[in-house]
Order: sequence, then C-alpha cells, then structure tokens
Amino acid sequence: MAVMINVPETAAPGEVVEVKIIISHPMETGFRTGSDGKLVPRNIIHELTCRYMGQEVFRAELHPAVAANPFFSFFVTAQESGEVELSWVDEAGETVTETRPIEVG
Amino acid sequence: MTTRRAFLAGSLATPLILRMEPAFATPEEMQNAIDAFTGGAEVTEGRVELDIPMLVENGNTVPLRVAVDSPMTDDDYVEAVAIFNEINPLPDTVRFFFTPLSGRAEAQTRIRLNGTQHVHAVARLSDGSFWSAQTNVVVTAPACREV
Repeated sequence: MAVMINVPETAAPGEVVEVKIIISHPMETGFRTGSDGKLVPRNIIHELTCRYMGQEVFRAELHPAVAANPFFSFFVTAQESGEVELSWVDEAGETVTETRPIEVG
Repeated sequence: MTTRRAFLAGSLATPLILRMEPAFATPEEMQNAIDAFTGGAEVTEGRVELDIPMLVENGNTVPLRVAVDSPMTDDDYVEAVAIFNEINPLPDTVRFFFTPLSGRAEAQTRIRLNGTQHVHAVARLSDGSFWSAQTNVVVTAPACREV
C-alpha cells in the first residue's frame, strides 16, 4: 500500500501540529458488482491509529462510506522529539505501520 | 375469483414493491445508529462545526471537516466524533477518537455520499455530554453508481 504522510519535521514545545496521511487502498464496500456481475468482496481499512510518546493520540474507525484512497488530517501536540507512528489495518488482515520523526525544541 | 379490477390493482402495485431497496439505510436507521452511539443520551445542537460543501458533483469523494469547540485539557476534552448519513447503504460513516494530546478536536477526511442528504456529526465529550451539528449536501453524481 503506497502511502504519503506529512508530519512537520520540527515544532516548538506545546505546538499543535497537523498530521496528514493518504493511503492507496480501494476501500471495497461490498456493495459494488464487478465485471463478472458478482459482488466484489468487501475489504476496507477499518482502523487508523496514531501514536506518539507511547500513547494513542488519535484513532479513526472507518466504514465503507470513507472514500477510496482514504485521506485523514488531524492534530498532535508536540511535546518531545521522537517518532509519530501511524498504523492501519484492512479487513484482509494487512497491517501497516509507518513512523515519521519530529524534532521538538 | 380474480376480477379485472383486482388484477389491475395488483399489477400496478408490484413495480412499487420491486423498487424498494431494503439494503439502503433510512433516516430512521440513522437515528437508531445515533442512539446506539449516544446510548440514548440527550444530544444538544451546537459546539460542533461540520464543513461539507453544500453542492458536490462527485459523491465518491466528498471532503469533510469536523471541529469541536473544546479546550482539550486532561479533564475537559472531546473523546469521539461520529459522522452519520441518511441514505448510504450503512448509516455509519466514520468515527474519530481524540485524546488531550490531540490538542485540537478537529479532523478531515473524504467520504462517499449516495445522493442528496443530511449528514450529522455527533460529539461525545469527556464529561459525558453529547453535541451535534448537521448539514444538507446536494450531490449531483452519487457514489454507488457504476460509471
């Protein structure tokens, strides 16, 4: 799964920074018929989690109404230098974890 | 005995029954989904800002931004925001879960909308209160249609 993640490289302590992510994924709803006339089996990313400093900061629960190639933007309070970890899992069981460094100071 | 009148009445009613699409949600089902999220608690309108363009051409990817007015401190923050729709196959759309470390109870994503409808956002705060906003979106080319 190709992914683009945007976490600011640097931030001031206490600064609220925006994290953006877009993941390449069809988000098959299970309601769509394929070219063979049969329903395409459902497979969506159903959870996206952001962790920072060993804690969960933000989580999204996705349903089939989230568009293909899901995009999310949310905020994290920068407190100390470290890694912002993003992980997501789809219904085929594929789990991906990506980290981006952030320097605070 | 089948009379001509009964036969005609039946044949006129049949297409209506065939047209019903039981797989699609209704505003009542959306209300049930909201009640399941709130546990039946009272929901007050306000504090939530739900931004979706009033008119969208492509229902397959509709930008959505939701923000809740909250200090986001350890004892007063937004725990969750759930988005509900009226007429997609499923009323649940997306849910965001925040923590005090989020700093701001705001998120953006892109959703699918199967036609013109109201979209609702319901926020659960750490004090157990629920707040909401809704907006009407006109969709010219709905999702869930083959192109």
